[in-house]
Amino acid sequence: MALPRIGVLALQGAVDLHVHALERLGVEAVEVRRAEHLARVDGLVLPGGESSTISKLLVINELFEPLAARLNAGMPAFGTCAGMIMLASEILDGRDDQLSFSAIDISVRRNAFGRQIDSFETDLNVIGLAEAPVHAVFIRAPVVERVGPGVEILAAVEEGRPVACRQGAVLVTSFHPELSPDLRLHELFIKGMAA
Amino acid sequence: MADLTNGIVSRSTGTDLVKRGLADMLKGGVIMDVVDPAQAKIAEDAGAVAVMALERVPSDIRRDGGVARMSDPEMIQGIQEVVSIPVMAKARIGHIAEAQILQALQVDYIDESEVLTPADEAHHIDKWAFDVPFVCGATNLGEALRRISEGACMIRSKGEAGTGNVVEAVRHLRSILGDIRKITTADQAELFDWAKRLQAPLPLVQEIAETGTLPVPMFCAGGIATPADASLVMQLGAQAVFVGSGIFKSSDPSQMAKAIVEATANYLDPDILAKVSRGLGDAMPGLEIGSLETKLSERGW
Repeated sequence: MALPRIGVLALQGAVDLHVHALERLGVEAVEVRRAEHLARVDGLVLPGGESSTISKLLVINELFEPLAARLNAGMPAFGTCAGMIMLASEILDGRDDQLSFSAIDISVRRNAFGRQIDSFETDLNVIGLAEAPVHAVFIRAPVVERVGPGVEILAAVEEGRPVACRQGAVLVTSFHPELSPDLRLHELFIKGMAA
Repeated sequence: MADLTNGIVSRSTGTDLVKRGLADMLKGGVIMDVVDPAQAKIAEDAGAVAVMALERVPSDIRRDGGVARMSDPEMIQGIQEVVSIPVMAKARIGHIAEAQILQALQVDYIDESEVLTPADEAHHIDKWAFDVPFVCGATNLGEALRRISEGACMIRSKGEAGTGNVVEAVRHLRSILGDIRKITTADQAELFDWAKRLQAPLPLVQEIAETGTLPVPMFCAGGIATPADASLVMQLGAQAVFVGSGIFKSSDPSQMAKAIVEATANYLDPDILAKVSRGLGDAMPGLEIGSLETKLSERGW
């Protein structure tokens, strides 16, 4: 199979780091700002950034509806931090007007670890990446507080606090694989697209 | 089954990666100066990625004169209570104690800022000693690299705050990014000379030669007053924008804030820029740089 063409939602956030990670894996990365860019991609990365800002820009750029339609139709997606919040079915501690796509059946609490001073890095065991722990960077990170049936928990920081989940071809992490040179989570996403 | 909980994972806080990482997450966004919780709410409603809490916006500091200091902790906490986006605050250049207070308040970023009256005429804060990350202003590459060597995790070009005049921001951005471009084509021997001329650490100059970018994100500040200004500085290479007086000194702050957010996200799209620039009322009154009594950008060493 030819390598997929993967979009990176490029409204705000660490877009460049995800583009760089995908390119290092030899994948063509396309910045997605408007609906017509969406038509050209096989899957989408939703990057870290400020979820309340990205939510507004999705509406302003008339991208929310087309993207929701693609996700409903089963487009693979990988959300990190703010991207995880955007893909969730429920946002806790969000703004009242904050939208999400319900592409994965989880409830996510924003800023669950506290302010920036509580941001941290750690080594995490991730199911499916058994050879070594993943070095994970959490920045004002969200946490998963509820997982629906059919959602697989891939990693947790402590009992009952999942930080990486998967449902079908949708993968989400509370942390930022794009900040580390370890590309295994991006690879896991790409492998999941082929399945 | 793999251990999913890792027991209680050991966490490292206040690391370089964590501190620089927050700056990465703010890229493509707008950070807005606010002086009270009501303004902070307007900024968040408009789509700001963060707010900068300060007592007076730069144009008022310029008008009032006197000594400008760190804001009242009560005001900063009032703002932290009403918004869910990151809250930054300013400490005076070299004022270690103000920075310690801001860290105790758990602000998300500290701006060691020339907009406030400097507390030390020779030394900036040792920013490595803090767990909260710092942003510092720079007018040229040497200044940026000195700040990074002191531990700054984000650089903003200084521009000339409180003027509504983008010309200095453009000068500083062009100077920093132009020198980076030149360094990437320099040979090894020339890098020693670059370090000497920039008064900057050689390893940082060598790193730029290799990567072609600053080791930390670079944003733009000082004089941005319209959506077109935001697009201009993004096109020149800024990765996000700080807007100070430009929003709350305009005639319709909420509309201006939204328009600058949209323009920053869509800075390469003239059709969207045309749309968001319409009917915004008056931008803040501007000042000619030549008429200024005090150039804030000259503060910092």
